[in-house]
Amino acid sequence: MSFNDTVREIYKKDLEAIRQGGIYKEERIICSPQSSEIEVEFPMGTDQKKVINMCANNYLGLSSHPEVIEAARKGLDHRGYGMSSVRFICGTQDIHKELESKLTKFLGTEDTILFPSCMDANAGVFEAVLTEADVMIADRLVHASIVDGMRLCKAQTDNYKHSDMAHLEEKLQFHQKARFRMIITDGSFSMDGDLAKLDKIVELAEKYNAMVFVDESHATGFIGKTGRGTHEHCNVVGKIDIITTTLGKALGGASGGCVSGRKEIVELCRQKARPYLFSNTIPPVVVSGANKVLDIISRTTERRDKLARNTAFWRKGLTEAGFIIKEGETPIVPVMLFNAKLSQDIARMLYDDGIYAVGFFFPVVPKGQARIRTQLSAAHEMHHLEKALDAFIKAGKKFEILHKTKQEIIDRYGM
Amino acid sequence: MSDVKQIVLDYVKKEYLEEGDDREVTYSTPLISGGIVDSFSMVSLKLFLENKYNIKIPNDTATPEAFDSVNNIVEVLKKFNVQ
Repeated sequence: MSFNDTVREIYKKDLEAIRQGGIYKEERIICSPQSSEIEVEFPMGTDQKKVINMCANNYLGLSSHPEVIEAARKGLDHRGYGMSSVRFICGTQDIHKELESKLTKFLGTEDTILFPSCMDANAGVFEAVLTEADVMIADRLVHASIVDGMRLCKAQTDNYKHSDMAHLEEKLQFHQKARFRMIITDGSFSMDGDLAKLDKIVELAEKYNAMVFVDESHATGFIGKTGRGTHEHCNVVGKIDIITTTLGKALGGASGGCVSGRKEIVELCRQKARPYLFSNTIPPVVVSGANKVLDIISRTTERRDKLARNTAFWRKGLTEAGFIIKEGETPIVPVMLFNAKLSQDIARMLYDDGIYAVGFFFPVVPKGQARIRTQLSAAHEMHHLEKALDAFIKAGKKFEILHKTKQEIIDRYGM
Repeated sequence: MSDVKQIVLDYVKKEYLEEGDDREVTYSTPLISGGIVDSFSMVSLKLFLENKYNIKIPNDTATPEAFDSVNNIVEVLKKFNVQ
């Protein structure tokens, strides 16, 4: 069938429905390197504007770090631009093995395998190690890539209420007849910024003979005393069977991900995980940059500590100003607005005042839970955060939401 | 049938409402389109029905539309002679 007028009309209607649903996504064009301050052209065709970036996953501020850029440049010079191969044919260089080894050491696991992205790691790992005789029991708020990976796997699927350990225990009891049970969770949840109770999860896993899978994409590099992740924060290093994480956030922010954990699981991924087998190797330039990132974060916790200070300042500032935020200790700080339009209106006002932050609403978050998700970075200096806080307070005053309860905001603006 | 209806309703409330969530759920409340159950969470409902009534519901039967209210679910169960 050709792409005829009928097909075109159907697609146009689909797009219109997305627009009408208020979930049409537009890209904002950034004309500078990723950092705490960026040059943005938005809407397209307008003048570039310098704004403070409060919505990047650049937690450690390493995306444009001079040492990382230099290392990437050297990688380009010494190992070339591309490999034109998957890993197992002729796409594995010494620097790929070096990076896998550094990740293993940093995460405190037995072995690591790189994937083109953490999305790919999550898409490939379950199918590689589980069968229809097994069951996957996931937290209901796990990342979409995990949901997709679970759908690709033949094992039975079940889930438990977010971070509800009693509910998880019920599910583990219910599935005692399965060959393997795997508990699946994010370490740090990307929308709410809360941490999984990994100590309790490991306890239940030991009691009910289950494996534990944790996606550490929003944790690796900065959660825990030395930034190893949620497992370090919860004192369960060495007890997590599978960790997936990304190089696309705190660890330089370019691209790539990995599965790290029990060596047989990693070996099975090398043999069976389809995104590993059928997509190109991570380019040498990215691998070289990531190797440098691991060196930096292994030799000092300076950036992780600065991020913690920035996070504490930001959380305290917003709370004292009278905003409702999701409590926690991570650099993901959702400012709760409950109403979708309100979140968009405030995000727009913030942008006019030079602050780049984005409103999230249904279906990205549950109905009535609209918010602006702010994310801190070690690249933020105090003057950035003070300016951002002033802009938030100005918007809060204008919309009269400061020191109001959730119910008062909903009464005024609706869900 | 009323027993089945009540059992499904009780399960939905216990399984999907968080503590302190005082939303009213009745036999006709839209579960999926109403944002109470998402497509990912729906699997535990299917699993519960299969185990409770010793049936196997094919994936193309367990659609979000077919599971969108307790009334709809009861209609699905009728096809498996559960009433």
